[in-house]
Amino acid sequence: MSTTLKTAAVAGAVAAALASHATSLQAQENVKCYGVSLAGENDCAAGPGTTCAGTSTMDWQGNAWTLVQEGTCESATPVMADGSEIELPGDRMGSLEPLERDLPQG
Amino acid sequence: MRQESFRAALLDPARPAPAGLHDGAGRPAGRRFDIYRNNVAASLVAALETGFPALRALIGGERFRGLALSFLRAHPPRDPRLALYGAELPGFLEGVAPRARFGWAPDLARLEMALREAYHAADADPVAPEALAAIAPEALEGTRLKLAPAVRRVVSRWPVAALRAHALEEGPRPEGGAQEVLVSRPGFDPLAQALPPGGAAAVAALADGATLGEAHAAGARARVDFDLGPVLAALLTGGAITGLMPQDCKETLP
Repeated sequence: MSTTLKTAAVAGAVAAALASHATSLQAQENVKCYGVSLAGENDCAAGPGTTCAGTSTMDWQGNAWTLVQEGTCESATPVMADGSEIELPGDRMGSLEPLERDLPQG
Repeated sequence: MRQESFRAALLDPARPAPAGLHDGAGRPAGRRFDIYRNNVAASLVAALETGFPALRALIGGERFRGLALSFLRAHPPRDPRLALYGAELPGFLEGVAPRARFGWAPDLARLEMALREAYHAADADPVAPEALAAIAPEALEGTRLKLAPAVRRVVSRWPVAALRAHALEEGPRPEGGAQEVLVSRPGFDPLAQALPPGGAAAVAALADGATLGEAHAAGARARVDFDLGPVLAALLTGGAITGLMPQDCKETLP
């Protein structure tokens, strides 16, 4: 391939990549949301030897998190990454920071 | 009692408890040692089951358990961090998996291990796509990329990323075909993306400090009709580009 052609190919590849990336950005981003996980169903994909995933012992535990769609966390009905909605009981709301409520005793 | 004999007995249930091991009252600790030995094996099997969920789903829980037990005896942990346990499993599977039926097993294990390594790799903020867009078209060819510490490549004769998605019930049963996979970690969770043929060679070149032009050439050597575009798109989507180094100015001017 001649130098000019390669320059054009690389520039074209970058342009195409940027265009397809701009399209995929429409897809939602997820954020960690505290206080919205059912007992034992908090997120973490760390694999063996870590102790976070599935370790919350209370529903809506304030220091456990679940990934939810950005912009839906700080409400009574956060939306999980798969699109399903969580309905928090009482006046609970999700939080982007760990919460003091619903912590296990001891 | 020597550490050697304790260790040997720990990994081989056929051996007696090491001599000279007593409980607090001076009685032989045989049954207590058996319990300890069983806990060591059971916890390592559990670690492997957690670490290789797709492999386990595809070969079956019983067979996986049997393989895990032989693996942990051949390759006990070398590192106190359980999160890293299993790195030797792909190589181990090369030697034991029945090739005809489970030829893809070592590569699937490689992919699952790469995803786990990506999870534990250091954080690095990706560059904004605008920074790439701001580079003049004629300067792109000489631009180098800095890649995130989480970036891994898996090249396989089998469609490993599709096999994994199928095993975890996230995709259809794949047709045959080789697959080159980019592993990276945008945000919190590792991501496996299939690359076009030649893509892994291009990513390898970029990781070694090649320019975009050189990476394009590396991909084209692997595949004549190579297209760098989808590779760059996967790197952007995967949050894998953490720095852009513009063309150096050592080129002599005319």
